[in-house]
Amino acid sequence: MHYNIIAPFNRDEARKLKAGDTVSLSGIIYTARDAAHKRLIELINQNKELPFDIKNQTIYYVGPCPAKDGEVIGSAGPTSSYRMDAYAPTLIKLGQTGMIGKGIRNEAVINAMKEFGAVYFGAIGGAGALMAECVKKHEVIAFPELGAESIRKLEVEAFPLTVIIDSYGNNLYEIGKNEYRKCI
Amino acid sequence: MRDINVSTIIESVKNMCMNANYYLNEDIKQAMKDGLKNEQSPIGAQVLDKLLINADLAAQKKVAICQDTGMAVVFVTIGQEVHIVGGGLSDAINEGVRRGYNEGYLRKSVVRDPIDRVNTGDNTPAIIHYEIVPGDSLKIELAPKGFGSENMSALKMLKPSDGIEGVKNFILETVDKAGPNPCPPIVVGVGIGGTMEKASILAKRALMRPINVRNKIEYVRDLENEMLQKINELGIGPAGLGGTNTALAVNVETYPTHIAGLPVAINISCHVTRHAETIL
Repeated sequence: MHYNIIAPFNRDEARKLKAGDTVSLSGIIYTARDAAHKRLIELINQNKELPFDIKNQTIYYVGPCPAKDGEVIGSAGPTSSYRMDAYAPTLIKLGQTGMIGKGIRNEAVINAMKEFGAVYFGAIGGAGALMAECVKKHEVIAFPELGAESIRKLEVEAFPLTVIIDSYGNNLYEIGKNEYRKCI
Repeated sequence: MRDINVSTIIESVKNMCMNANYYLNEDIKQAMKDGLKNEQSPIGAQVLDKLLINADLAAQKKVAICQDTGMAVVFVTIGQEVHIVGGGLSDAINEGVRRGYNEGYLRKSVVRDPIDRVNTGDNTPAIIHYEIVPGDSLKIELAPKGFGSENMSALKMLKPSDGIEGVKNFILETVDKAGPNPCPPIVVGVGIGGTMEKASILAKRALMRPINVRNKIEYVRDLENEMLQKINELGIGPAGLGGTNTALAVNVETYPTHIAGLPVAINISCHVTRHAETIL
């Protein structure tokens, strides 16, 4: 199935999506990667306010290149998601419904997705120039001192994604690999 | 003696940083085009198609193919008759990296310390390997290395009795475990022999060889071909979504080793396997 989804979206919408579905995502998403996630969790542990309300939000794991003059953003493809596994369950518990990245997730993340209703989208790793074309607005909203790792609010249009792991725990990486596997 | 001024080196490194990040090498592009023709998975074929469009777009707009513009790995082969003038050679290479990443709008991904993790802001220092040879020329090869794939690399000190079968198993296990993480289709660099660190450098060196050139040693060439076929039978596919193009090539380099050892290093590189070289 193909869906057009507007972000932010709630858990009921997340529950509709199945592994293997393709999605054009438009609307508002936030960027955060390793160092930014660490800071978010520190704020949560100290009962402090987050730089944005996490409920129903989608986080894109990306550290973009600097924008050339006249461009909104530099190349902006996904980074490996497993490095955010230590932090993602806490954010999902607080209402995060979408994650965009690439690569394997651990069981703790998948369990949180199943329990609270969240979806893991894959963007194509390495296709940073192509994905930057979908970013219409770009604003650093927190931790500017982290450089490429700062948190940004992005407005995206028809961001092309694939549902890798759905809120029921189905995993396209496993399904796809098994279909073409001939050895071991 | 032949004098080479550091200003020439700075300029060369700067240009290589930008060009390696903007333009996908022809050998890689051709392998992806060939892969597109024989990819059995429709989703896999779509991914390859998008990766080629992405590479064309990056070249046309002179922007980075991938946002992870890497840590700059530099191999310097310097003739012993060369005299560097105007400053230090390592300083010049780092200055070239600094200018290339700033002027080229490339991402600065290097932190000054692995634990305190404060960004150096200019992508320095580079990782520099020097080799001194006879002659009066200076060759600089640059491979900006992204860490999605670097993190999936592995080293194992096998026993001599593990032999070639042990090497094959280790390669397949490493690539299978990496799965979608290193952004397939990947290039697999393998270093066999030497010591622990030599094997790792050989694996990185192997990634500098164009992927349409096979090793001259017959058994190594056979190993490269067999491993490429086996890896593509793992099913991982483009972007890890399933398919028959998981690797574009397996490049293997070997070196003499100790009677007691069989070090094997595997350095995985993503489909944006970057290499540039200049001979001064």
